[in-house]
Amino acid sequence: MGLLSDPNRRRALTSLLTRLNTPLCVLCYVAGVAWFMGLAFAPFSLRCYMSENAMGSTMVEERFSTGERALGAAREFAAQKKKAGGMPVQWLVQAMQSRGLEVYTQSFSRMLPFPDESKERYMVHGTNVYGILRAPRAPRTESLVLSAPCSPDGANNQAVGLLLALAQYFKGQVYWAKDLIFLVNEHDLIGMQAWLEGYHDVNTTGISASPLQGRGGSIQAALSLELSSDVITSLDLVLEGLNGQLPNLDLANLFHAFCQKTNILCTIQGKLQRSDWDTVSGYTHSVQTMLLMVLRQASGRSWGDHGLFLRYHIEAATLRGINSFRQYKTDITTLGKLLEGMFRKLNNLLERLHQSYFFYLMPSLSRFVSIGYYMPAFSLLVLILLLRALDLWVQLSDPSTALEDCATEGEEVSSPGLLSLLTPVLISHLTGVALYTLPVLSQHAAVQHFPVSETEAVTLTAVAIYTAGLALPHNTHRVLSGAGTERGWRVLKLLSLLYLSALLGCTALLNFSLGFILALTLVPVTAFITPHAPRLLSAGAMVLLSPAITLLLCVFLYQELQEAPVSPLEGWALFLSAISQGILDHHLYGSLLYPLVALLVFPCWLQVWNILFWK
Amino acid sequence: MAAPLAVVLIVAVTIRAVLFRSSLAELIAQRVEVVSPLNAWKRVVEGLALLDLGVTPYSGDVFHETPLIIYLFHFVIDYSEFVFMIADGITAVALYLAVQDYNKIVFRKQKYALEADRYPRDVLELIQTPKDMYYIPLKVALFYLLNPFTILSCVAQSTCGLNNAVIALFILCTIKGSAFLSAVFLALATYQSIYPITLFAPALLFLLQRLYIPVSLHCPRFWVQALQYGVMFLGSLVVIVCLSFFLLSSWDFIPSVYGFILSVPDLTPNIGLFWYFFAEMFEHFRLFFLCVFQINVFFYIIPLSIKLKEHPVFLMFMQIAIISIFKSYPTVGDIALYMAFLPVWSHLYRFLRNIFLVSCVLLACSALFPVLWHLWIFAGSANSNFYYAITLVFNVGQILLVSDYFYAYLRREHHMAHGLYLKRKDGSEATLVLK
Repeated sequence: MGLLSDPNRRRALTSLLTRLNTPLCVLCYVAGVAWFMGLAFAPFSLRCYMSENAMGSTMVEERFSTGERALGAAREFAAQKKKAGGMPVQWLVQAMQSRGLEVYTQSFSRMLPFPDESKERYMVHGTNVYGILRAPRAPRTESLVLSAPCSPDGANNQAVGLLLALAQYFKGQVYWAKDLIFLVNEHDLIGMQAWLEGYHDVNTTGISASPLQGRGGSIQAALSLELSSDVITSLDLVLEGLNGQLPNLDLANLFHAFCQKTNILCTIQGKLQRSDWDTVSGYTHSVQTMLLMVLRQASGRSWGDHGLFLRYHIEAATLRGINSFRQYKTDITTLGKLLEGMFRKLNNLLERLHQSYFFYLMPSLSRFVSIGYYMPAFSLLVLILLLRALDLWVQLSDPSTALEDCATEGEEVSSPGLLSLLTPVLISHLTGVALYTLPVLSQHAAVQHFPVSETEAVTLTAVAIYTAGLALPHNTHRVLSGAGTERGWRVLKLLSLLYLSALLGCTALLNFSLGFILALTLVPVTAFITPHAPRLLSAGAMVLLSPAITLLLCVFLYQELQEAPVSPLEGWALFLSAISQGILDHHLYGSLLYPLVALLVFPCWLQVWNILFWK
Repeated sequence: MAAPLAVVLIVAVTIRAVLFRSSLAELIAQRVEVVSPLNAWKRVVEGLALLDLGVTPYSGDVFHETPLIIYLFHFVIDYSEFVFMIADGITAVALYLAVQDYNKIVFRKQKYALEADRYPRDVLELIQTPKDMYYIPLKVALFYLLNPFTILSCVAQSTCGLNNAVIALFILCTIKGSAFLSAVFLALATYQSIYPITLFAPALLFLLQRLYIPVSLHCPRFWVQALQYGVMFLGSLVVIVCLSFFLLSSWDFIPSVYGFILSVPDLTPNIGLFWYFFAEMFEHFRLFFLCVFQINVFFYIIPLSIKLKEHPVFLMFMQIAIISIFKSYPTVGDIALYMAFLPVWSHLYRFLRNIFLVSCVLLACSALFPVLWHLWIFAGSANSNFYYAITLVFNVGQILLVSDYFYAYLRREHHMAHGLYLKRKDGSEATLVLK
């Protein structure tokens, strides 16, 4: 405590911090970014290992051999689907019943707040069909879920076929200690949401669904299967769930272990892992993989049907079969063996998966970066805000600068005027509230007056309010109290700095990637903006680093990393659809990204914008 | 000054009424930061239901409030929201009046000292002027009523608000010099949650000072006064406890309330220091560490009373803060009570060293509590260590805050006695160092 209580050492420390403030900030920023980029370098990340004992040592022989039957069922399912023009509920119920399952259906309907153009749906009606295989060896207190979505187009038939074949095979086995639930959900996430809410008997998003007639025990883990071809070249593991939640790392380890055992090529983010980590191209490859994960996690969307399970504390992942032009193919029997192996291991669980990490980034499927390694990168960025805040605090409380102000501005100094501070804060937040509520509320009015569709109306209103926010608030204090005082903007900036650091800190704990991306763009503007800086230049920099442009840049970066670069016009279209998807995700599944940005991040940025135009 | 106070009261009541009607009220009432097993409203409701069924409310392990509280709500259960709003109002008004009186005392003391020319010449800038002091009572009421912690506590209908009201009334009566009422309210506060018994010392010191009785063991008047106050306190405590006995005609409440407070059987997470330690503890160490933890609340009053015997009101503030940090089931409502006193010490501002750091820590922790709770309980991705870490930081922040005020107070007193610009023996400028 000597440092905090000895006045001489304190003085030395504060003078050091204020004198070297700008170099320290720059250093922190560079170090933070460098640290983050270093995470993808193999020696700095940890090798994945299985932590859960119950899944570690029990090796079994997989005996699933009825791949042909799976394909047959898939073909029949495809034919029935075409005939029914949607989910063939009756056929599925019969198919599951004939395989010895307890079968139930759940119908649901949901009206979207506005039409979803990318998936072409507005009024959604559907039915989920699920069958329960009761555990012969234990009380029915726990269960595992295998789900396959029933898509309206020709995709995913093989997934349903494999699901049925596995159900038939599993029925004949005696070792199940957990109920197995086989679920075919319609309308991907909406159906999944309805089923999960029905299963847990809650209603958080206002979906109307019939109650579930049959339940298994509490769900311990879930796998979602997406498969659209008879043979696959590789299997992709999708982990990112709603609001950036990730399943326990052991689930990824389990998948990787079985892929190696059954010789299936496995990928994460669609990227194979490479062994040449010490070459430049190998490093770039893992950086790309990690950045893709960061971008996907930051989006807060559920990237597969598994994403909604995570909210109920159920570890879940999506397995997506990919069929490319590669020579090496894997047949569906091997895939069945992989699933059998994974389910048998999950069946052995004595507790929920909890041994391994929940906070991680994966530069490749066999390596991971844990929270202790990536948090310093973020902390270095937030440290900048705190350093600047400390600097401002010293300036504000130092009597010598106060005197200097006194000379220039007279008696205004003692209190910068609560009103002149409160107004920009209030206006910024009201703009945020408008950005949050108006787009969905005003869609009908917009459609009547402009030649646009509802979806366009929503996104364009959002963009318009966002742009209007830039013009709106930054003149108020002049009307209220004459020219803005020197102290005034300093206090406002101090507030914004602390506000932003608390906001980013909380965001990074909930969703590291989002917090990091926001910090990367918002920290430099917030830290270095003053009313004295060259106005046009700083205004340009601020706009370039504002949340919306960050999103636009992320869209381009994502396409670039996926090796599917887009033209600026297509990029703009993707940007608009990202906004509408964000709003839809919020209303349909309770994703928090849109309210977070609209209600907190954007107002905070507007406050900083206000400082720029203080004089 | 009554008009601004009325405005503050109206604003505070409006905010609370709006929140009571909103959907947030239910959410707030479930937060572990706001309610503890001792003062949760749903437990009081449960106790009332048991009472209505003719079962003793302490059967089972749900209800841990005192019998007087349950009989109070037996009659006003339909108006419970008003009771909590009124309790907050009473606390604020009592603190307002108490601080107003205290300021008069401070002012009078300063005047005498100035007239006697007891202050060194260069400390004139440290003296509190009536202009500075004019708004302090209002600020105290404002700090209490509009503090988000108080509002949360009130909206959650945590009985902590009632305890705060009792303590505030005790402070008011003490400062007004009414020994009897002070003893009664102190007994009531002790009866509610044991820990306020430590406020006996500052109250006694204040009453002695008021009567110009020196604190000396050789002075018979000191003993008479102490005995008198002690007897009044114990007498009212006995009366209240017996009254509780006759209300329920059983002694069940003693183990169920005081045993519960002292032996900490309920390890529901809260913002205090107990739950994690005792969840991790081996059973045979439990009693020892229980004593170690509980002694924190009671022990500090001894050195503090010796050091601050001339400043009983500041001692009271320190002790309330210590109680709220070290008590076994703290909630944010307890913190709100001592935070209301901060404007009274606004003249110490220039001597505070870490106020910026500490307020950042406290604000950041308040934001992080719900986040980490969500990660632990709902997302399942974090664990109790995360939440306890933030609890620790929060309490360290509070301790730093209190010790910072303590240091500033002592330093100001030192300057008042020895002059603002201290010189070393060799004539160079000296600095005060706390080691």
